[in-house]
Amino acid sequence: MSIDLQTVKKIASLSRISVTDAEAEAMVPELNNILGWVEQLGEVDVTGVQPMTAVIPNHQRLRDDVINDGDVRDKVLANAPQAEHGFFAVPKVIE
Amino acid sequence: MTNLTDLTVAEIRDGFRAGDFSAREVAEGFNANVAAAKALNAFIVETPEKALEAADAADKAKAAGETLGALAGVPIGMKDLFCTQGVQTTAASHMLEGFVPTYESTVSGKLWAAGAGMLGKLNLDQFAMGSSNETSYYGNVISPWRRGGGDNAALAPGGSSGGSSSAISARLCPAATGTDTGGSIRQPAAFTGISGIKPTYGRCSRWGIVAFASSLDQAGPMARTVRDNAILLEVMSGFDPKDSTSLDLAVPQWEANLSSDLKGKKVGIPKEYRPDGLNEEISAMWDRGIAWLKDAGAEVVEVSLPHTKYALPTYYIIAPAEASSNLARYDGVRYGQRDLPDGAGLQDMYAATRAAGFGPEVKRRIMIGTYVLSAGFYDAYYTQAQKVRALIARDFEQAFEKCDLLLTPTAPSASFALGEKQADPLAMYLNDVFTVPASLAGLPAMAVPGGLDSAGLPIGLQIIGKALDEQTVLNAALAIEERSGFTARPDKWW
Repeated sequence: MSIDLQTVKKIASLSRISVTDAEAEAMVPELNNILGWVEQLGEVDVTGVQPMTAVIPNHQRLRDDVINDGDVRDKVLANAPQAEHGFFAVPKVIE
Repeated sequence: MTNLTDLTVAEIRDGFRAGDFSAREVAEGFNANVAAAKALNAFIVETPEKALEAADAADKAKAAGETLGALAGVPIGMKDLFCTQGVQTTAASHMLEGFVPTYESTVSGKLWAAGAGMLGKLNLDQFAMGSSNETSYYGNVISPWRRGGGDNAALAPGGSSGGSSSAISARLCPAATGTDTGGSIRQPAAFTGISGIKPTYGRCSRWGIVAFASSLDQAGPMARTVRDNAILLEVMSGFDPKDSTSLDLAVPQWEANLSSDLKGKKVGIPKEYRPDGLNEEISAMWDRGIAWLKDAGAEVVEVSLPHTKYALPTYYIIAPAEASSNLARYDGVRYGQRDLPDGAGLQDMYAATRAAGFGPEVKRRIMIGTYVLSAGFYDAYYTQAQKVRALIARDFEQAFEKCDLLLTPTAPSASFALGEKQADPLAMYLNDVFTVPASLAGLPAMAVPGGLDSAGLPIGLQIIGKALDEQTVLNAALAIEERSGFTARPDKWW
């Protein structure tokens, strides 16, 4: 299947990337080329095959439920574009 | 006197210990080479003071008779995908311009703890997405290699670890870190006539490495010799509780166990890696590699990896899907750039920040990933790709019932000119056709130089091993290294 301008704009919106109309139009053939190419996977017979979840067998580890990190507020905020009163600051949100 | 910047990691380590030269002399030599090589654009940030600081510490420790770390006296380059405390870490993006981590990645921390010094942060493809180093926000990295015959076209150092490959082959550093998601250590190594190994997935901690595709990302060393790779990999590997996919296994003594005697080993030659139209020089190099491994005592058998042709399309679903998720963190709130248009709300800020902070290839991959994970398409694309990935891994398992390692080309061509493949993303993706399958299966794989092509450019061979069997991979690479007699280096023009 091929994707159109509307779909590209929707993907951009889901991706939280603003695009101009010209950018979106340029992406239509690009994304169609790539998606058209990956669609060949549909021809592979995967009957009875479980999707891979881990390349190397490993087990999830448990650790004691204790505080082993924290008290680093200033470090956490050190690279924030805007930090105020010990918090990340963002534009006003009115839902 | 020996030119210290021509020495390998092992030679620097041993010469420093023997008192042939001081660590400071070595660091000063490399600092000077780095400072004189701006034309290659291999570094985003240079840290000569860090290299000197580590060198002085090594000299002082030696004078005091203290125990020296495995890399005492050795300066290295650090790919700018590893978070380094107090030193800007950008992943070659505008998004992270000015980001100064308050912590150190596990792998870089291990290298510093072993005594290595940092020459600087190496350029790369933006967020490690690319095969030619043309997607960096900080400009293209130029390969030190040129085609013969007065052709001065700027060539690609490969990607994404192109700053690393360019810097090592130009003698700006004796070794560097790389990361490999679909070939980002091996293809640049092949393009520049050096060696590099991607270990088994889980050997090196991913903690503190800017994430691209977490089920594929693996750190590894790049250097001019197989021995140097073994030395660095031993330091970089090891269990890390901070990475949930880190393998809780002891680190083998790869350097001490190096042996190019391959008697009793079976080398598989996957027939699907020799498609019609394979570059003749690449094909001929592969044949030479087969002969070299036979000469080293190995037996050669043909094997089949029937799902090889599906590896790239599988990769270009899984890697963008994981990238779209991983890169969601760049929201202009916690770190990195923020673009806040007048009167914009939070959602507008996200979209404007990400539009300004990401380059075209990164946006393309985030959007493909978003699409293949979106409602209604998830099963057709992502689940199908994860199933095909399981089949690709099974192909390797079945092949390894008949052999101990695989020998293949590393890349389908030698280096190409910058700009040559930029127009068509798909043509660029095809560069990784021989490296991606091992990545999807999490297997150790190494690039080692084989020789020069008719244009005078390096071409390499790839060795793929069983999971956790880096030793056999290194040993086979050593056997090739000893027989290829590859000593070519680029003529200095920069």
